[in-house]
Amino acid sequence: MQKFLDFEKPILEIQEEINKLLLDENSDSKLKIEKLEKTCEELKKNIFSSLSVWQKVLLARHPMRPYSLDYINLITDKFIEMHGDRCYGDDGAIVGGIAEINGKSFMIIGEQKGRNIEENIKRNFGMPHPEGYRKSLRLMKLAEKFNMPVVTFIDTPGAYPGLGAEERGQAEAIAHNLQEMIMLKVPIISIVIGEGGSGGALAIGVADVLAMLEYTIYSVISPEGCASILWKDASLANLAASALKLLPENLLELGVIDKIIPEPMGGAHFDIKAMSNNLKKFILEETKKLEALDIKKLLENRILKYKNMGNLFN
Amino acid sequence: MKVIDEKLENIDDNIENKATFPKDMWVKCEKCKNLLYKKELEENLYVCKKCGFHFRVNADFRINMLIDNGTFREYFSDLVSKDPLNFVDIKPYKEKLESLYKKTNKNSAVITGIGKLCEKNVAIGVLDFSFFAGTMDSVVGEKIYRLGELAIKKNIPLILVSSSGGARMQESILSLMQMAKTSLIISLLKERSIPYISVLADPTTGGVTASFAILGDINIAEPDALIGFAGPRVIEQTIRQKLPDGFQRSEYLLNHGMIDVIVKRKDLKNKISDILDILSLNLNIAKKAQKHNL
Repeated sequence: MQKFLDFEKPILEIQEEINKLLLDENSDSKLKIEKLEKTCEELKKNIFSSLSVWQKVLLARHPMRPYSLDYINLITDKFIEMHGDRCYGDDGAIVGGIAEINGKSFMIIGEQKGRNIEENIKRNFGMPHPEGYRKSLRLMKLAEKFNMPVVTFIDTPGAYPGLGAEERGQAEAIAHNLQEMIMLKVPIISIVIGEGGSGGALAIGVADVLAMLEYTIYSVISPEGCASILWKDASLANLAASALKLLPENLLELGVIDKIIPEPMGGAHFDIKAMSNNLKKFILEETKKLEALDIKKLLENRILKYKNMGNLFN
Repeated sequence: MKVIDEKLENIDDNIENKATFPKDMWVKCEKCKNLLYKKELEENLYVCKKCGFHFRVNADFRINMLIDNGTFREYFSDLVSKDPLNFVDIKPYKEKLESLYKKTNKNSAVITGIGKLCEKNVAIGVLDFSFFAGTMDSVVGEKIYRLGELAIKKNIPLILVSSSGGARMQESILSLMQMAKTSLIISLLKERSIPYISVLADPTTGGVTASFAILGDINIAEPDALIGFAGPRVIEQTIRQKLPDGFQRSEYLLNHGMIDVIVKRKDLKNKISDILDILSLNLNIAKKAQKHNL
């Protein structure tokens, strides 16, 4: 089932009309289609050039948005998924495995949401347990051993706030990842592909290059959580979203991310293939740059980057 | 300046002669609800004599309690937040900070410096819950980072005492990044085998637990402290069931393998001293042997 946001409706209506005409083999329908396609493109441009912060938040959480496995399938020539943290279990909210792209090997790790209830039970709505973070770290250490660059896809509302997660050390799992990723002796590229939910995102997001897709968000707390604490009203999430400065352009300005990866007109879900091509190109280019550095220099740069994070005080 | 936040709102119910009761001399224990004579409570390091409840104390009190008299030298106290996001909720963040500067006479939620603990030089940082709930912003992250650098430079142990609501929302992504930054400095200490003792006091939650606070070579908790990643209310709302007794308290964490030892406040200084002594014994022997060989 296709699910779309309110402000996307006019675009969809035109597209439906186009689809109808496509079935019609009438000769003048071709002209009509061309005209409609042009209108559609302009409409997209208009709508997407004046999106509010809140509309962008909705896009980052769009139910049709590509998830980690969608990209992995389109980007890699081979991908073998690996499971389990070797301590307790396997977490469906994080997928990871070894991959081949253009004759080179990579370790790819991504937070994974589900498309329906069944999938979301398996994926826990993209909210990892400690096992997910420990699996990630295990795979990163494996990558280090076999000199494979690590690519992580961030897409989570946050680390799961549950009883078992606390008992099995959610905080420890996250902190341990931060500490180890800082010192990992292979290049790390992290890309926010949807929601960057606080510590749950950062736990796989310490990187040499951190990028965000155009319509994604990254903040210390969800706009809803922030609104319920500071405004005492979760329904004011749109206000909190603006205050939190959670868009890619904000983070670029604050020096937290290195690059914004543009999305196809209308968002990644309108053209998954084009988005995957952009992503693949980005990953290959950045890997090449990072691999040109010797490991000592790579780590020096990474340490300097995080040492200077948020050096904004009087 | 108050060492603890006193809660006396219900005190009148227990008092027969309200008119003559000197409120400023008594404190009600939050746990056993007994009235405690303030002076006696202070002498007992703000631990209830009747039930052992550990009151939350401010950072100054903790420094006095852990560091030998007259040896503490504060560092980096001049750093203040710049409000990098121009954050406004119901009130501007800047205004909240201003009123805290006045109320607490502090510039940030952490005091950092160097002093002697049982005659040993240590670098010590103490988060202050009375300043913005001890939350970590860019300044707290930077001060902890610099304190760690100082510990490396002087080759002395690092002690961090946490009492914090986590990463500060008002600096959003920058607060989040302090988790990576503080974890980095702990990594650098570990590489150099410089001891890092983390003391988790009530409450230690969110991004502070999920970064430097849980990464101690030795994790010490005060009795009955709330320690966790997510807050209990959020968890209850998520799983829609009541949490077990003692959940996220020190004893529970000890049973689940997250901390090394629970130490009562009155024993804390000596216990840290003993730990530091034992950790450095063999390193010192090796050093002496090396010198001897030269």
